Amino acid sequence: MLTLNHYLVLAAILFAISVFGIFMNRKNLIVLLMAIELMLLAVNMNFIAFSQFLGDSAGQIFVFFILTVAAAESAIGLAILVVLFRNLRSINVKDLDHLKG
Amino acid sequence: MLQNYFPILLFLVVGILVGVLPMLLGWGVGKVLGTNRPDAAKLSPYECGFEAFEDARMQFDVRYYLVAILFILFDLEVAFLVPWAVVLDDIGMFGFVSMMIFLAVLVVGFVYEWMKGALEWE
Amino acid sequence: MTWTSLNAWVAAPEIFLFCATCAILLLDLFVSDAKRGFTHWLSLAVLVVTGALLVRGYHAAPQYAFSHMFVADPLATLAKVGMVVGVALVLIYGRSYAADRGIFKGELYSLALFSLLGMMVMASAINLLTLYVGLELLSLSLYALVALRRDSVESTEAAMKYFVLGALASGMLLYGMSMLYGATASLNVLEISQRLMVEQSGNPLLATFGLVFVVTGIAFKLGAVPFHMWVPDVYQGAPTPITQLIGSAPKLAAFAFTIRLLAQAMEGFTPEWRSMLVVLAVLSLAIGNLTAIAQTNIKRMFAYSTISHMGFLLLGILVGNVVGYSAAFFYAVTYMLTAAAGFGVVMLLARQGFEADRLDDYKGLARTHPWFAGMLLLVMFSMAGVPVFVGFFAKLAVLKAVVDLGMVWLAVFAVAMSLIGAFYYLRVVKLMYFDEPEGAAAPLSGCMFTRVVLSLNCLALLGIGLFPNDLLLLLTNAVEFSLPI
Repeated sequence: MLTLNHYLVLAAILFAISVFGIFMNRKNLIVLLMAIELMLLAVNMNFIAFSQFLGDSAGQIFVFFILTVAAAESAIGLAILVVLFRNLRSINVKDLDHLKG
Repeated sequence: MLQNYFPILLFLVVGILVGVLPMLLGWGVGKVLGTNRPDAAKLSPYECGFEAFEDARMQFDVRYYLVAILFILFDLEVAFLVPWAVVLDDIGMFGFVSMMIFLAVLVVGFVYEWMKGALEWE
Repeated sequence: MTWTSLNAWVAAPEIFLFCATCAILLLDLFVSDAKRGFTHWLSLAVLVVTGALLVRGYHAAPQYAFSHMFVADPLATLAKVGMVVGVALVLIYGRSYAADRGIFKGELYSLALFSLLGMMVMASAINLLTLYVGLELLSLSLYALVALRRDSVESTEAAMKYFVLGALASGMLLYGMSMLYGATASLNVLEISQRLMVEQSGNPLLATFGLVFVVTGIAFKLGAVPFHMWVPDVYQGAPTPITQLIGSAPKLAAFAFTIRLLAQAMEGFTPEWRSMLVVLAVLSLAIGNLTAIAQTNIKRMFAYSTISHMGFLLLGILVGNVVGYSAAFFYAVTYMLTAAAGFGVVMLLARQGFEADRLDDYKGLARTHPWFAGMLLLVMFSMAGVPVFVGFFAKLAVLKAVVDLGMVWLAVFAVAMSLIGAFYYLRVVKLMYFDEPEGAAAPLSGCMFTRVVLSLNCLALLGIGLFPNDLLLLLTNAVEFSLPI
């Protein structure tokens, strides 16, 4: 029998992996975008689990909004990536070093 | 006071472990068990029995990205349309008009990208 | 559910702004580059009407709309008036800068107005869902605006960094919100507050998790140390009008957002989040002021100064009562005006091929452009907190609230850090008044209207500083009417 805790642990693992993907990744910006998506999906998992176990549908509505906003977010991220690639000819995270104080 | 935050600390530690452990495992197990003797044939991309014609990594035309980006924006609206269509009988005119307002907003975006020429291939 | 039960008229300013922005987006498609001034003036007219609708809709009692998802209370309404002013100043000051750099396009206006809409929704949101949607509308518009100079490496790189860290912050915030939802089974801020106040109902462990992640998300968005690493890069890399946009009006939105989440939703956890904000404020004040000294780029210097000012804003909020909140509100409003004036002067000096963003560019400014050197002097004195300028009274109000709470050491620390901070503000004054100009005097950009507005904005810093009580009273009343304490 799956309980609420199983879902919460799954979401926490996904969340931890995505945060690590953002901080540890030094090679590819596209992987970074994927980590961000994964993070939002971990949150969705949380909301759906709570919504189901609390018997309150508001959480599932929230998930719809997160999904659409995540789509808009990845669209903007990809668009920024394309202009960045045109300027830098690279999508390596290490090459983002033009701004310094 | 501070002991209230112990679960958070535990969460952070376990979270770091979940992130680091697979990387360390992959690296460590590979070092111990794996053999690493590369040669030219192993490193070249596989192409069904004959020599590789070209680099396996090919660049996509950047215009595909544009189409993909615009597609992402409009395809998820179905997520709103399906539940709306299922309960349309219950929500009546109010629900219908609300969705029409939402779709009108999308049409504004669509007209904008059309007029900007984002849908032209050439 | 019927149309009348929506109470949609409460959101009339937002609805008008949204329809008008869509209209501008489409109308601009038919405007040639030479006639872009039409879009400019139309956007300003829209801002004026939005402001008028806001003032007309001011009610002392909170008005709810959209099934308690949206509230128009005095705090939200006044914050929104401030945001409208902030965005209008961005459009006025930024026009000639944008025209010189090929970003004087319809997108600048539609995105700026959409970001304003996002801020207004944030200020009025009383449900986690509307808070999130408003925040994302603001953030997504800002990411795109930072990348507006598509051919510039700095601009696109800043956009990428802003995007990644902004998305990370949203993720943290959402994770916290999901925990709050799990602890209370509600998304409504007022219901969450009630259920967290009552012992037993709600899950305290989940609520603690929610609190930690929500505070982290807020700190990221405010740019408080140790979550500040995006601020300097974004300030430096973004086109200056966009830097002004990021540095002014969204601070008011972030203030309202913090009030909704911490002061309203998590009122029962005030001692817990107070200790977290103390850490954030102390670090922000220290790191912000100390690092700003080492900067040679004025936009980067403003970035670190913003971090330290956010430390002061947090000081006001962490007090956790009406006095503290209204002091923080006063601080946010006056900081918005000061930052707008500072970037306005930077843009006035910039021209094609010359950014005026190195500190050395300000050498001998008093010799070449005495009037605007004087204006920048007002800005610097206000930021440093020199008496009779508005920045002094903002700091004083916050410090008084902190001392009343009994945290004297914190107030002393903040004063010490402000004294260190005064050094780099006054260094700019020294460069302007006591150094020789490098090269001949260059003409100023910007039309007469821009210069008059900028001068009025700078003089307002002195004017409000001389008569701070009316504004402070107005904001205190707004906080009192809005928060049920």
